[in-house]
Amino acid sequence: MQFPTITSPHTDRPNSVQKAMLWVVLALIPGALAMIWFFGWGILINMVLAIATAIACEALVMKLRDRQVKPVIMDLSAILTAMLFAIAVPPLLPWWLTVIGVAFAILLVKQMYGGLGYNVFNPAMAAYVLLLISYPVQMTSWLPPVMLNENPLTFAQTLGVIFGGALPNGLTWDAVTMATPLDTMRTGLSLNQTVTEISSSPVLGEFGGKGWEIVAGLYLLGGLFMLYKKAITWHIPVSTLAGLAVMAFLFNIIDGDAYPLTSFHIFSGATMLGAFFIATDPVSAPGTRKGQLYYGASIGVLIYIIRTWGGYPDAIAFSVLLMNMAAPTIEFFTRPRTFGHRGAGHD
Amino acid sequence: MSDITYRQLIRDGLWNNNAALVALLGLCPLLAVTNTAINGLGLGIATTVVLVLSNITVSLIRNIVRNEIRLPVFVLVIASFVTAVELSMNAWFFELYKILGIFIPLIVTNCAIIGRAEAFASKNNLVKSTVDGLAMGIGFTLVLVALGAMREFIGMGTLFTQAHLMFGEAARGLTFSMGDNFQGALLAILPPGAFIALGLMLAMKNWIDQRNEERAKQAALEEEPEAAA
Repeated sequence: MQFPTITSPHTDRPNSVQKAMLWVVLALIPGALAMIWFFGWGILINMVLAIATAIACEALVMKLRDRQVKPVIMDLSAILTAMLFAIAVPPLLPWWLTVIGVAFAILLVKQMYGGLGYNVFNPAMAAYVLLLISYPVQMTSWLPPVMLNENPLTFAQTLGVIFGGALPNGLTWDAVTMATPLDTMRTGLSLNQTVTEISSSPVLGEFGGKGWEIVAGLYLLGGLFMLYKKAITWHIPVSTLAGLAVMAFLFNIIDGDAYPLTSFHIFSGATMLGAFFIATDPVSAPGTRKGQLYYGASIGVLIYIIRTWGGYPDAIAFSVLLMNMAAPTIEFFTRPRTFGHRGAGHD
Repeated sequence: MSDITYRQLIRDGLWNNNAALVALLGLCPLLAVTNTAINGLGLGIATTVVLVLSNITVSLIRNIVRNEIRLPVFVLVIASFVTAVELSMNAWFFELYKILGIFIPLIVTNCAIIGRAEAFASKNNLVKSTVDGLAMGIGFTLVLVALGAMREFIGMGTLFTQAHLMFGEAARGLTFSMGDNFQGALLAILPPGAFIALGLMLAMKNWIDQRNEERAKQAALEEEPEAAA
């Protein structure tokens, strides 16, 4: 594929890490607010806790390295990592898991590799995977969205669960938590139910899951806002969604009873969040435009493969981490041709 | 080579030229079996025994073996000792033998052993080769045990579980546990945990070395301020 050669002047307006991060954070807020509305105060508490931990960890590392603390925190990258992490984990996650996760993300995944711009892996997703593998029970205990929730917890009760680990009297974990739409689909299919039968489950909505599809729609809007503000380019999100959509479409045509609709895959789980906010992380994704298309499409295909045949319900984190590893290679083979040289990788 | 002192040999084996932390040899068994401290200790001792015996043998035959065929001969020597160790463990530490499984015969391929045979034992006398094998083996074992303990503690909240497999029933008391409520991070026991923990250990060793170096420099400066100026 050919892309237009962009001529100078290249810098049309001052841009900075801080500004780019700020657009991403702002774009994230509508979806995050919707999640707080649908899934309760836990999301907000997790977010505050995660941001506080992230700032503390960054400050600690900067002190150890004899660097100034303030500019590093003000570039907002750690705060964005913390926000993405808090959105990705279940609302009632015990506080110490949030702290361990964010500390791992900032200290080991980001700063040990040299800080912003040097990390090989997406910090929020690496932390998510660490916790998912280590604490599968806590990490898969999702709450039902507000319209299905028979036992909504108050703010104080949520605090009690997160920090004390104790549910309010008379409630059990089974009463509070509910399978996510992706879990429901997976369990149903493993019981040889058809997609249509499973779709009548109260958890599922028009496209994806009830509540989830609205959150996904708001992340899509946030993503479009970032595109408009040029905080990201279209290559990664579009190719990610396309990769997933093509896989879902093909398999749905082959056997519509055993493979859910394309729209279900696009609007459930963390697809939108992943395509626009996680896969587009400029540090761990390839830098070349062509490479970004390969990168995104591979993430999309991997999401479908892991969701459909893998052991875990959602697959954004695994797909993104796997492709993070491939990013340098992709970059090497998609270097734009320099004028006068034969082709990429042959100089 | 002959002017190397025993002190230096021991220091090299345990720290300066540690097979696992500096030479990064034998990482396959190192990463694979260190999910508990006792597994690490078991494999470490087995490796040490093979290392000492092969160093002794190689040192004894070093003047008879022709240079062209030395490597196959070393491998044969090592393989014989590994087989002996494997059979002994099968006889006396059967449970541990079952846990360590394929990694006991794989000691043959541990590059640390053939590395010492080639680089040291084939050029030095019997006593020095023995000391070298012992120091290297103990250095390797210490890393295995430390890594195993770290992963076991983070992953399960225990230390020295199954100590009885190695030291008999009396050793059950050695096992330390944080209690049943401890929620360990399973990842530490899984393969990625091995890589992360080893990376952290390497970083720590390099950090200690750097600090010592800086301190030595500082001390040297303070001793001879005129010379420095």
